[in-house]
This record gives sequence, C-alpha cells and structure tokens, in this order.
Amino acid sequence: MLISCPHCGPRDLAEFSYQGDATRTRPEPASTDTKAWHDYVYTRPNPAGPHHEYWQHAGGCRAHLLIVRDTLSHEIHSVALARSANASGARA
Amino acid sequence: MVERATPLGADFRPGSYGDFADGVGVTLSEPSTGTIVEATAWPGHEKALTAALGRGTGLSLALAPGAGAYRDAKAAAFNIGPGRFLVSGKDEGLVDDLARAVSLETGTITDLSHGRTALRIEGMATEWVLAKLFALDFSLDAFPVSAGRATAHHDFFVQIQRTGDHRFDLYVFRSFARAFAMALRHAAQDVGYAIK
Ligand SMILES: [Zn+2]
Repeated sequence: MLISCPHCGPRDLAEFSYQGDATRTRPEPASTDTKAWHDYVYTRPNPAGPHHEYWQHAGGCRAHLLIVRDTLSHEIHSVALARSANASGARA
Repeated sequence: MVERATPLGADFRPGSYGDFADGVGVTLSEPSTGTIVEATAWPGHEKALTAALGRGTGLSLALAPGAGAYRDAKAAAFNIGPGRFLVSGKDEGLVDDLARAVSLETGTITDLSHGRTALRIEGMATEWVLAKLFALDFSLDAFPVSAGRATAHHDFFVQIQRTGDHRFDLYVFRSFARAFAMALRHAAQDVGYAIK
C-alpha cells in the first residue's frame, strides 16, 4: 500500500504510523462530564467505508496527516497535512 | 583539539570486502562533519529560514520539498520536512554561524553534531545497493544531485542527500550508526565494497 504524503510524494506504508480516529473531539481537559469522556474514549462509529484518521509520516518528513481511508478497500481517498486540514475546518 | 571518536567501531576499517574479485562496486566512508544541525521554521517563516540558512552556509538553497544544495567539503543542506532542513558542514564553527544567521523570530537551530553520523556511499553500484534498503527511486531523474529524502529502513530513520551522480550521504542517529553500517555492508557484499 502506498500513501501519497503531501510533502514527500508516494511512499511505502511501512514509513507511516497510524495515530488514531480523527472524527472524535476531545472534551475540555477540565471537564467532569463522564458521558462525554466515555464517548470520547470508547464509542466508535466503526464505519464500513470512508474513515477519517490521523497518520504520521514517522519514517519520512514526520508530518502529521489527516487521511480519508476506505475501511473496505483500503483505498486512500485523500491526504492532507493535519495542521492545514484542521486550520481550514476540513475535519469530519 | 579533542578528536571526536567514530561511533562506527573498530570493525569499520579500510580495506576491500565482499565479492571484489572484479573490483569494488561501492566505497563506504565517514565524511567529516564537524557540524550537523536541524533547522526548523516557525509556521509562516519558511522562506525567511531558507534565506537565512543560505546566508549562514553560503549555499543557494530553494524552498521546496526535498530541495537541497551542496558544496564539496564545505557545507550541505536539504529539506527534510515542511519548514525543516538538515544542515551539515566540515567546520565545527558552522553551528555558531547558523545560530547567528537564524533569528529567534524565524525559527530554531538544534545542534545534532553529536547526535547524528554521516555515512557516504559512492561508486557505480550505489543505486543498486541503496535500492535494497529503501523503498525509494534512486535514479538520477527521480532523485537529482543535491536533493534530499527522509526515509526509513525498518527501525533506522535515515536522511539521505545525493551529493554526486553516484554518491549519497546518509545521516543516521549516532546510536544506530554501527548497526546501520553493518546493514549497508551486508547490502554491498555482492558488488564488493571498499572502506576508506
Ligand atoms: Zn512525508
């Protein structure tokens, strides 16, 4: 599997590390809303299809990436630098 | 002045090794790098950092993914990530020149002179040997002279600059240098190699 890093171009999967589900929003650190924390930690939609996730090009430019990957086909629909994707509000 | 000890160990010594009956395919050496530095721009200051590094090194450096510049036995710099460069040079004083050239508003200079080791591989079989270790295209078209790439071979994180048609400089964590040199030697076994 290849992932096209926006900085480095197409690179082997072995250079990348999965960083987690990008659809969740972390509650305020001071929050004592246990339902919100429970949902943040445990409740996952587990979609069969496109999934927004964070990856890091750890064995390359070391940038954090926001990737839309199809969980059925492993097709990579889009790759963006997480910093610019989050800044432009492109997050799922 | 105190000589910096090589991390490559007593085993990395001059000679010919592997299948060298018909001559050696590659030559391995440890270029002298008094300074190895990582330079990082604050967001939005990438252009200013590139210009400052050019001033500090005397190289003409461009801001583009993987772009680099190189002057033999003087200084080398290449882009290793968004707003980040690896800069090296023969002279130990280069780190101070860079710290002066890059203002605090532009970015940061991290001295890695004791944290990285450079290994040089050159010779006609260089692309063949490196292609065994890294999932990268090492052809001159895809990886031109002076350009750099950050990549990995299993646990070895390696930053690579092409410094000639048949020559690459590989920067690795100093603590991994001995094991990485061994991997490189294994990969060069079939073409025959010299250490100089
Ligand atoms: Zn990358």
